[in-house]
Amino acid sequence: MIDSSAPTARPAPSPGPEPVLRVEHVRVALGGRTILDDVSFDIGAGEFTGLIGSNGAGKTTLLRVILGLLRPSTGRAFMPGAPGSRLRRVTGYVPQKLLLDPDVPIRARDLVALGIDGNRFGIRLPSRERRARVDEMLGAVGAESFADARVGTLSGGEQQRVLIAHALISRPRLLLLDEPLANLDPASAHEIVVLLDQLATEQGVAVLLSAHEMNVLLPVMDRIVYVAGGKAASGTTDEVVKPDVLSALYGYHVDVLNVHGRVIVVAGPGHDAGAVIPMDPSQELR
Amino acid sequence: MGWLFEPGFFSSAPVHTAVVIGGVVAVVSAAVGIFTVIRGQSFAGHSLADVSTAGGSGALLLGLSPLTGFLAGGILGALSMDAIGVQRVRGRDVATGIVLGAATGCAALFLYLDTTTHAINGATQQILFGSIFTIDPSTVPVVVACSVVALGLTALIYRPLLLSSLSPEAAAARGVPVRLVGSLFMVALAVAVGLSALAIGAILSTALLIGPAASALRFTRRTGWAIGLAMIVGVVTTWLGILLAYDSFYWGSSRQPLPVSFFVVAIDVVVYLGSGIPAAAARRLRPPSSSPSPPPSRLAPRPGAVR
Repeated sequence: MIDSSAPTARPAPSPGPEPVLRVEHVRVALGGRTILDDVSFDIGAGEFTGLIGSNGAGKTTLLRVILGLLRPSTGRAFMPGAPGSRLRRVTGYVPQKLLLDPDVPIRARDLVALGIDGNRFGIRLPSRERRARVDEMLGAVGAESFADARVGTLSGGEQQRVLIAHALISRPRLLLLDEPLANLDPASAHEIVVLLDQLATEQGVAVLLSAHEMNVLLPVMDRIVYVAGGKAASGTTDEVVKPDVLSALYGYHVDVLNVHGRVIVVAGPGHDAGAVIPMDPSQELR
Repeated sequence: MGWLFEPGFFSSAPVHTAVVIGGVVAVVSAAVGIFTVIRGQSFAGHSLADVSTAGGSGALLLGLSPLTGFLAGGILGALSMDAIGVQRVRGRDVATGIVLGAATGCAALFLYLDTTTHAINGATQQILFGSIFTIDPSTVPVVVACSVVALGLTALIYRPLLLSSLSPEAAAARGVPVRLVGSLFMVALAVAVGLSALAIGAILSTALLIGPAASALRFTRRTGWAIGLAMIVGVVTTWLGILLAYDSFYWGSSRQPLPVSFFVVAIDVVVYLGSGIPAAAARRLRPPSSSPSPPPSRLAPRPGAVR
């Protein structure tokens, strides 16, 4: 279905010496529905990758496969440098949001500390060393000023900073973020993107961030993985965000408009679309 | 202090038993209660109390001690709620409601049989509202052992439980067995509710679970401190309740003690309402450090950045 000349047919040759993450021919079918079909891409060390797709396109499913929380029907996601079972330990994960009320007694710094050993059983005693490590991490994400506030009282952007610190304190090689910008106002979203770009550079951590809106990411994305219709295309933004590549993914004609450096993907056949692939509503719903 | 402690309080054996059991139960309830509030499972806790009611009243029918029934009922209820789906946020209320309804129906039947066919005097009062002064001293070691188990379980899962309460996805990504941790907590909750049912009655056991925890949450931002504070509030509340109930025997001329449960719950509510005043004052004196202070990057976007 995808033109073999498009940069999507197989992963581009790994850009660096060895990719941090390799996703190979992943197919996920849940309850008879194919959610992802033959998805392949690589992520190089320190790269910033945007995982772009509309709601329900399968972005979260793909992140769960990468984390090892969901076993794909076929294919695999692995870190060439780390044995499979250690995947989670070298991957940091930022959930979309936290489940908590403002009165829950946990400070921002406590949540960050849980990034060190939140998976350990038993009680720990406070230590100067871990406090210093937490302080350092809070500083790296610009969260010092609200380190002692209850997490539930923080704004969405502040919570995202704390969650990023939580994910990064275990020094992962790959940071996965599930729609971190979804609930943020544009200014906060921009701040978080700038912060992530800076962290990717300074700490050498590869970033894979899912979003349904790509424009705020355009200045920082090294690569894009675009998910639609169960398929994915990966490459640089220029390689992927083109009418022919995206039309092949969606299974019907889409146009890509460039408005003052912003990109708008317009679905559905235009009047002058010419030889368009006939629109198939069932595929759109997938 | 004679005005506070009526004659015989310190030499009374039932008071000794009540003080030990009340204190131990308050400590367990506080620790478990903080997590119950954090996880938003107060309704599940209340439902377990109703299941405990069925268990306790059923145990009387079988000639067993109410505590056995409270614990067995609670743990069985916890496991069935777990199986039906108490861990899925959307499934919680439905699962809890179904178990609650079934259990309360059984309790109605058992209590009816207790009082009619088995002629157990005061069964309804004992099961629903507790009678801490009539507890057999031989129960104390069992209560202490169960408390140690519940506290130990909570301490064991402390960090994974906290993380999975805040974000199940982040916990799973860190390798936490979220489902198992949640089930273990439900067991700890069931034990805490069962013990609390023994002290102040099955129907009221949630009060000891949630009340001190809710008061403590107003004063601290730290989970560990909140647990410690809730323990202190819980123990003081329970002991004061026991003292007032003992004293109430000498009030008026009827020479009948009023129920301990009433005093415990009344103090609980007064403490909760009263704690709002100093907590609000503390907030005013020490404004939260989370006041929005936009970092410079918001004002100066990077050149060429697409907004």
